[in-house]
Amino acid sequence: MGNQQPVKTAASAPARKRKIGNPINNEKTAGYIFTLPFTFGFLMFMVVPMAISLYYAFCQYNILQPPVFIGWDNFAKMGSDAIYQKSIGVTFYFALVSTPLRLIFALFVAMLLLENNKLSGFYRATYYLPSIIGGSVAVSVLWKRMWATDGTINRILGINFPWLGDTRTAIWVLIILAVWQFGSSMLIFLSALKQIPQSLYEAAMVDGANGWKRFWKITFPLLTPTIFFNLVMQLINGFLAFTQCYIITQGKPMYSTEFYTVYMYDQSFTYYNTGYGAAMAWVMVLIISAVTAVLFATKKFWVYDGGL
Amino acid sequence: MKKKSKTGFVIKNIFIFAFAIVMIYPLLWMLFSSFKPTNTIFATAGQLIPTTWTTDNYVNGWKGFGGVGFGSFIRNSLVIALTATLGTIVSSALVGYGFARFEFKGKKVLFTAMLLSMMLPAQVLMIPQYLWYKQLGWVNSYIPLIVPYCFAIQGFFVYLFSNFIGGIPKDLDEAAKIDGCSYWQIFVRIILPLMVPALVTGTIFSFMWRWDDFLSALMYVNKSAMYPVSLALKLFSDPGTSSDYGAMFAMACVSLIPSVVLFLTFQRYLVEGISTSGLKG
Repeated sequence: MGNQQPVKTAASAPARKRKIGNPINNEKTAGYIFTLPFTFGFLMFMVVPMAISLYYAFCQYNILQPPVFIGWDNFAKMGSDAIYQKSIGVTFYFALVSTPLRLIFALFVAMLLLENNKLSGFYRATYYLPSIIGGSVAVSVLWKRMWATDGTINRILGINFPWLGDTRTAIWVLIILAVWQFGSSMLIFLSALKQIPQSLYEAAMVDGANGWKRFWKITFPLLTPTIFFNLVMQLINGFLAFTQCYIITQGKPMYSTEFYTVYMYDQSFTYYNTGYGAAMAWVMVLIISAVTAVLFATKKFWVYDGGL
Repeated sequence: MKKKSKTGFVIKNIFIFAFAIVMIYPLLWMLFSSFKPTNTIFATAGQLIPTTWTTDNYVNGWKGFGGVGFGSFIRNSLVIALTATLGTIVSSALVGYGFARFEFKGKKVLFTAMLLSMMLPAQVLMIPQYLWYKQLGWVNSYIPLIVPYCFAIQGFFVYLFSNFIGGIPKDLDEAAKIDGCSYWQIFVRIILPLMVPALVTGTIFSFMWRWDDFLSALMYVNKSAMYPVSLALKLFSDPGTSSDYGAMFAMACVSLIPSVVLFLTFQRYLVEGISTSGLKG
């Protein structure tokens, strides 16, 4: 769709001498033309929706009737909405626990897999597979049944614990599902580890540094840029987890797993407080920006950015 | 000394192997459960291999529900995932080329917007986009599931392609230009053939993500005849719709086949795509 224009211009001009006036052949304008699909898509499917929803965030709107402007009421409502506040707590807890756990796991396994042997390919595939399919409904459905009271986990352990019915453990079922998908982080760490020059380790060994020390003085500092980037991206994704919660727990029990996105969805499409939902989407953007800004502010304290 | 490190090596490998089994156990359990008689699945949940094997679950699951067979759900998913992927790849390759090869005013702003689009995922945009698509009259159709992707809105792919093109020597462009190629011809004849590995990586990721997409289907598809697989599975799992867990697991396994086959076939491309872009998959 967005690429039809370049097709036409090129098809009409190939045999003839290139016209200087044709913008696709002009070095100054060709860049605009090739990036046009994105410019259009970004405006049409991101900027415009966000702008429209900013208006709706200040309206009482239930999808069926026209919006009514109510000022800051939707935002004020958040201050007195106990479930909303609970959902922020749950979402932060989930993101702040599952993301570091996943990265630690990923790094640990990446270091184990660093030495090549005959089974490396098999291991890599096995550890990566859950990441590939982990976001699917099929896996969420499976997870729900595995942790059910009559599910696999209890049968293997020989107990009857209601993992999904207990306010203390239900969130952990979702955290474990998230950590289980450490495969793509593991691959990123693997490729970063392979780029660390062996000579550094050899020099450290000559100086008598043990494995523990080598990790903290060489491996970890050199990995911090990779860790940082993954931390930012995955934390954001953690804040926005939806499918797992929507299918496995639906926020139950007692809102102990009520994710922000699920509450936003329910408010908008189950209770038809869509204006309120739009306000929540905007607050989420602010929260994510703030968290990202805080992470970037800490960057200079622990992320290594010198050369080798 | 040598002996000690050998024992260490064996212990380490046993550990890695055991851990790998734990990792895929849930998937193996679902696969084997789908071949157990449906009323024995939970009574024998602690046991992996079925005592009696049956394919009844696949037969029952394939019938679907509400008069719509599971084959229709798969066809719907294929239509959505394939067209959205084609749109994503074509548009992202064009934009990636634009970013990698041209200098123009405002490029920095546009590039920042692209990075921003990576940090504004579907979940934040779900309500805003719904409000907008409703005004456009796109609700209750596949349009929101396909058309936006034809405009390179997923920064991941643009980033992946523009990085890859940046690694192709510019001399090739210059030579082609001297031979009288237009920028469009350079793109089609020089760049595209050279970026096939990146295109393969992108196609697989895009297809798998679109295939798994649940959120937009949940919001925009209402008629059960139009359901993609993800939404159909969700309904299968709802209490009350059906308590036939055997059939549900069987169809869940079927729904994973495309992703698993693509993964096993193109593993190398995926690993490379993730490692070089440094982004999650």
